[in-house]
Amino acid sequence: MMEQEQIVAAVRSSTLEVFSTMLSLEVTNGDPRTEVNAPGPSDGIIAVIGLAGAWVGTASLCCGAPMACRISSSMLGMEYTEVNEDVLDAISEIANMIFGNFKTTAETYLGPLGLSIPTVIYGLSFSARTAGKEKWIVVPFVCGDDTLELKVCLTPNRGLAHMPKH
Amino acid sequence: MATDVMIVDDSTAIRKILRRMLGQTGLTLGSVVEAGDGIEALEKLKQQPIDLILSDINMPNMDGIRLLIELKSRPESKHIPVIMITTEGSEAKVMEAIQLGASGYVKKPFTSDQIKEKLVDLI
Repeated sequence: MMEQEQIVAAVRSSTLEVFSTMLSLEVTNGDPRTEVNAPGPSDGIIAVIGLAGAWVGTASLCCGAPMACRISSSMLGMEYTEVNEDVLDAISEIANMIFGNFKTTAETYLGPLGLSIPTVIYGLSFSARTAGKEKWIVVPFVCGDDTLELKVCLTPNRGLAHMPKH
Repeated sequence: MATDVMIVDDSTAIRKILRRMLGQTGLTLGSVVEAGDGIEALEKLKQQPIDLILSDINMPNMDGIRLLIELKSRPESKHIPVIMITTEGSEAKVMEAIQLGASGYVKKPFTSDQIKEKLVDLI
């Protein structure tokens, strides 16, 4: 079991490390909250990564196009003003790093976890939601005028109880 | 003598970052060749000799562990130092890579100083 406070702390620690090391961008913590049916937003970018083990779930990074361009510009050392392949790739990689580090911390509570390849979605007017009523923990960050939200949903892997023993 | 380096990573963002960071190390580097996976890396090695390889572990088609096995099993490439780059802090994966002959590893996120530190002893 990983308590909400522990998830928030792990996401914050991982995000701050990635932003300071790879991006040289300063982010400040927002107030964490819980949601049902995350992820959003209706405009912008979502990077989604699956987690699987004795616990299963999904982690996502959500931000608007300006924040995605800011991240990509810092990461790749060139100015991006609109979302293109480079920006999508950069966001995918940032999500991979943040949740890769989060996974390492989460494994100390939940046992070995696998991490899927990130899927990145970009659009101007769309709706995204998760089936089911699981609780998502939303960890927001502020970077200048932009915001970034990291979301995690973890639940016990009920399928493991039905797997045949060898 | 300039060192020719190959970057193997399926992420173009990471390849661009590593190329930029290699330029910031101040080391005498020659050409920097990029490959998107292990298969492309082996193909490019046939075309150009490489002195050092930086390779991601998790990649499609042929991952970094498989690439390492291939490199170390071939007389023409077994001498090339390989530094693994990993997102996950998976001790098992890293230990496997070291046992298979990797010269070291760097964990993402990384800085140019960390890259330089790994390279400096190998070139």
